[in-house]
Amino acid sequence: MTRFITSSFSHLILLIGILIMVVPVWMIFASSTHTSSMINMNGLQMFLGDSFYENYLRVLLYQGGFFKEITALKMFFNSFIMATGVAILSVVTSLMAAYALVYYRIKHATLLFWIIFITILVPLELRIFPTYSVMAELNLVNSYFGLIVPISASAIATLFFRQFYKTVPDELLESAKLDGANTWRFFIDFLIPLSKTMIVAMLIFMFVFGYNQYLWPLLVTTSEQYWTVVMGLKMMSGSIVHRFAFVMMSMVPPILIIILLQKHFIKGVFQDK
Amino acid sequence: MKKVQFKSSYSQYLFLAPQLGILLIFLYWPIIQTFKDAFTMQDAFGFGATFVWFDNFLFIFDDPAYFIAFKFTIIYSFVITLITGSIGLLLAVQANNVMHGKSTYKTLLIWPYAIAPAVVGVMANYFFSERFGLLYHLFHELWGFNWYESVFDSYIYVIIAGSWKQISANFIFFLAGLQAIQKSVIEASMIDCKNSFRRFWTITFPLLMPTTFFLIIINITYAFFDTFGIIDTTTIGAPSGETRTLVYKAYMDGFRGLDLGSAGAQSIMMMLIVLVITIFQFRYIEGKIHYN
Repeated sequence: MTRFITSSFSHLILLIGILIMVVPVWMIFASSTHTSSMINMNGLQMFLGDSFYENYLRVLLYQGGFFKEITALKMFFNSFIMATGVAILSVVTSLMAAYALVYYRIKHATLLFWIIFITILVPLELRIFPTYSVMAELNLVNSYFGLIVPISASAIATLFFRQFYKTVPDELLESAKLDGANTWRFFIDFLIPLSKTMIVAMLIFMFVFGYNQYLWPLLVTTSEQYWTVVMGLKMMSGSIVHRFAFVMMSMVPPILIIILLQKHFIKGVFQDK
Repeated sequence: MKKVQFKSSYSQYLFLAPQLGILLIFLYWPIIQTFKDAFTMQDAFGFGATFVWFDNFLFIFDDPAYFIAFKFTIIYSFVITLITGSIGLLLAVQANNVMHGKSTYKTLLIWPYAIAPAVVGVMANYFFSERFGLLYHLFHELWGFNWYESVFDSYIYVIIAGSWKQISANFIFFLAGLQAIQKSVIEASMIDCKNSFRRFWTITFPLLMPTTFFLIIINITYAFFDTFGIIDTTTIGAPSGETRTLVYKAYMDGFRGLDLGSAGAQSIMMMLIVLVITIFQFRYIEGKIHYN
């Protein structure tokens, strides 16, 4: 009986927690399916209206109304390029750097370690203007390259890969050497397949990190052709229901990725078996 | 380190080169530039800069707005850490307790983690707008809430907006921490201590210390840096600069005021704060906590 009471209490608390998370998002979604005059008269809505297709299609495809030149569809495309670029570039460079740090007897290993890891303490927000002037000097303002590379300059994934490699038994390299594998073969045929879970987790993490960037795209793009979804929140104008619809759509890609791939993400980050 | 390694050879540099190259050009170069900015003053027409030693730093210490931002950032990170940490822990303990539906709860509580702070801010905006904001009207009924004018009310606004999504991150890490505690430890403690409330605070919570301190750092970093998008989409510093974080103020001074010297000096101050927090974590906390 006490077991039943305590467990109902747990379910109740969890339910309240879920409501706090779900209700605000639901209300914006429900409101995004109404007409603007309805919202302006009656405020946010709890139940669905019948302007879903009309509102969402207009936001996605209309050009020259909601934003000046760019359609929301193009912004999703830009965000996707940026997030994928950040994920792939940072994960590949981190995998390689961590490999050199763990599997080589390097001169000045401690110095190299610090050169790489101290960067975690200096997030982009702290060097945003100088980074911008470097990009301007290199002529990379208003380009996908300019959106992607400074965000990929991160050693967080390197830290995770280094931790992971250290748990790989020494026998793996010994037996690979007996098989005659050189350093590239060992890296590609042995270590990468073994790190699959960790690689997927880091790809998800960096994808969401790249997609959610707000300040950097705001600064480094002056041409609408390179606008991303999240920075677009600052730029959008237009009627209230269309803004609701855009906000709703803006959160769909990262939420979908986290929910669909949560097993891999949690497995990699916490290294549970 | 590994006992078996490859001998140092040219190939190690090929592995290191991509990341080191990106870090040097897109991180170290700008950092050096930040230091240059911080110790120089641009002339009014942008033609040149003179070396001014610590003038930019003295200038920000003389600026009352800097201390307002400093105070807000400290309060903000403290309150966000406290709120998201305790709610995250509460939910994680309950989720760890239930027999059925553990993974469903996990899924239903994990997703806000993925939402961008700027998106959260825009949503919060709809709930706190004077026109149809539900929370605005609820709080207005209760005590005359008006974040456009009251500093306290604007704090409440940005604290709610800033805490909401961060509860998820705390929940995930606490749940993982709880699941990592060995069953035998919990079973043994159940024999020794019948009171489940006391058992939690004397046995389970101390074992969660590593997770707790990790989350404190995560939450402070979040409140310092990631909340930019929240502030910029909610109060924009309203009533008059009281809800600006240090990052937000530095950005505004650099961008709107075009004062790169001051922005650089403020950035270096923040690097120092981050450094102090990190050293504190390594020196004092890492040594004092229990690992299983």
